[in-house]
Amino acid sequence: MEPEVQDCHQSIIQLNKVSFSYRDQQVIRDLNFSVKERDFVGIVGSNGAGKTTLLRMIVGLLPAAEGAIELFGTPIRKFKDWERIGYVPQKNAFNPLFPATVREVVMSGLYNRKSLFKRLSRQDQQKCDDALEVMRIQDIADKRIGALSGGQQQRVFLARALINRPDLLILDEPTIGIDAETQAGFFDLITHMHARHHMTFLMVTHDLDMVKDYLGESPVSQNGKIQFFVRHSHEIENCAEEDLQHSLV
Amino acid sequence: MLDILFSDFFQRALVGGVLIGITAPLIGMFLVLRRLSMIGDTLSHVTIAGVALGFLIEVYPIAAGLVFAVLASFAIEKLRKAYKSYAELSIAIIMSGGVALASLFFTLGMGYNTDVMSYLFGSIYTLDTTDIYMVAGVTVVVIAVVALLFKEFFLLSFEEDAASVSGLPVKMMNMLITVLTALVVSTAIKIVGALLVSALLTIPVAISLLLARSFRSSIILSVIISELAVIGGLMMAGLFNLAPGATIVLLLIALLVITMLGRKGFTTT
Ligand SMILES: Nc1ncnc2c1ncn2[C@@H]1O[C@H](COP(=O)(O)OP(=O)(O)O)[C@@H](O)[C@H]1O
Ligand SMILES: [Mg+2]
Repeated sequence: MEPEVQDCHQSIIQLNKVSFSYRDQQVIRDLNFSVKERDFVGIVGSNGAGKTTLLRMIVGLLPAAEGAIELFGTPIRKFKDWERIGYVPQKNAFNPLFPATVREVVMSGLYNRKSLFKRLSRQDQQKCDDALEVMRIQDIADKRIGALSGGQQQRVFLARALINRPDLLILDEPTIGIDAETQAGFFDLITHMHARHHMTFLMVTHDLDMVKDYLGESPVSQNGKIQFFVRHSHEIENCAEEDLQHSLV
Repeated sequence: MLDILFSDFFQRALVGGVLIGITAPLIGMFLVLRRLSMIGDTLSHVTIAGVALGFLIEVYPIAAGLVFAVLASFAIEKLRKAYKSYAELSIAIIMSGGVALASLFFTLGMGYNTDVMSYLFGSIYTLDTTDIYMVAGVTVVVIAVVALLFKEFFLLSFEEDAASVSGLPVKMMNMLITVLTALVVSTAIKIVGALLVSALLTIPVAISLLLARSFRSSIILSVIISELAVIGGLMMAGLFNLAPGATIVLLLIALLVITMLGRKGFTTT
């Protein structure tokens, strides 16, 4: 028997017939959608299309009314490995007077149920330094977060999402309110991470140029007013070749 | 005149005050940053109802107050869920319920009213050895819990959603902070008074927010400020025979004004 072309990539996100409503307003209806390991998925849609709602369901902040969500092959209710996911929400709802330095905020990316009651180690400090360096914010590490510009704050939150070296990075309009130059640098950075560091991306954006450049001209699927653009991982690296590499290590 | 400062009752008030001076801003920080400052006030009003009942049925009043405060903290969390984005509503409901019960019990127990004043505005005369043990026990519990969950409480206060996405037990942590508040408030009212206890939870924090950049330094600063006010306020209360709640809170407000004026002079970030 001829085996089907085997998919060597793990399923990262799987949505089956997912629906969601706020009180009387249905925002998402019957959504089927899957993200495989190392995919880069761009989500585009007009304001109010339900993009943020979708991401909040995927990270477990909103319960799906109907349907099933799986993360890394585990039903979301049973999922425990939250440190594998980095999430940068659309608006960080923190109080601008909050007394926290950039370093304290980035460090907080390490706090999860597995680190409960544990003290921070030297390695944790090192991870923080690395994340600060990747986002080029070492020089503002001791500044108060509320005193920074919107673009700087965005980089801080990205550093926080990256500190665990997550397998999946979920970004909700990460470049809103950032100047064009910084924005271009930002896209270079994440496409580099995608290509080199084997991360999976799920990103909501209004930047159609970036989407079409990197993810192709046409969406692979659509649900209501939400469009999904995908760059599959095997377009970057060949599956079989990669399996070979794995077996060599 | 200075003799009073060396008397037994004053020494007891001082020990109790110093301990509360640590725990009140420690817990107050997490309340203020989560915009739940009013919880302190609510719980103190409910505590008074418990204290009044304690007098009425001849049970140790602080213990009765503590039970009331803890029950109220569960009720607040329940109501907070029912009225999600109207946290202040649940707080207002419980607060008025507490005042209503307190006045009911006090009117039933006419004759004990001599003690009421000291529970409303604080007193340096009323603290006995049992009270000191209560305060010390609460202090140990509060410091232990905050030390164990310091980084988690930080994340919870900074961004509840992020704590939730990290898989932290957000509901339980919220509950824990409210229960700790109940413990601090119910043991603090004998010194600071029910009407003024929330000032000790919030004003040192408010001052430290004007000065500190990091979370760690703002916690330390708020404890130092609260100790200055508690020790200074107790001495003034002892020397001039005033209600300590009043002197402590007025000192705190003076410190706040000085800080705000000083900051205007040379603005820093
Ligand atoms: N917390 C909420 N309660 C009620 N309705 C909401 C809430 N959040 C969003 N909505 C509504 O749901 C729809 C989708 O919102 P959202 O997911 O934020 O869209 P997008 O991110 O695509 O702009 C909008 O019509 C919005 O008004
Ligand atoms: Mg949105």
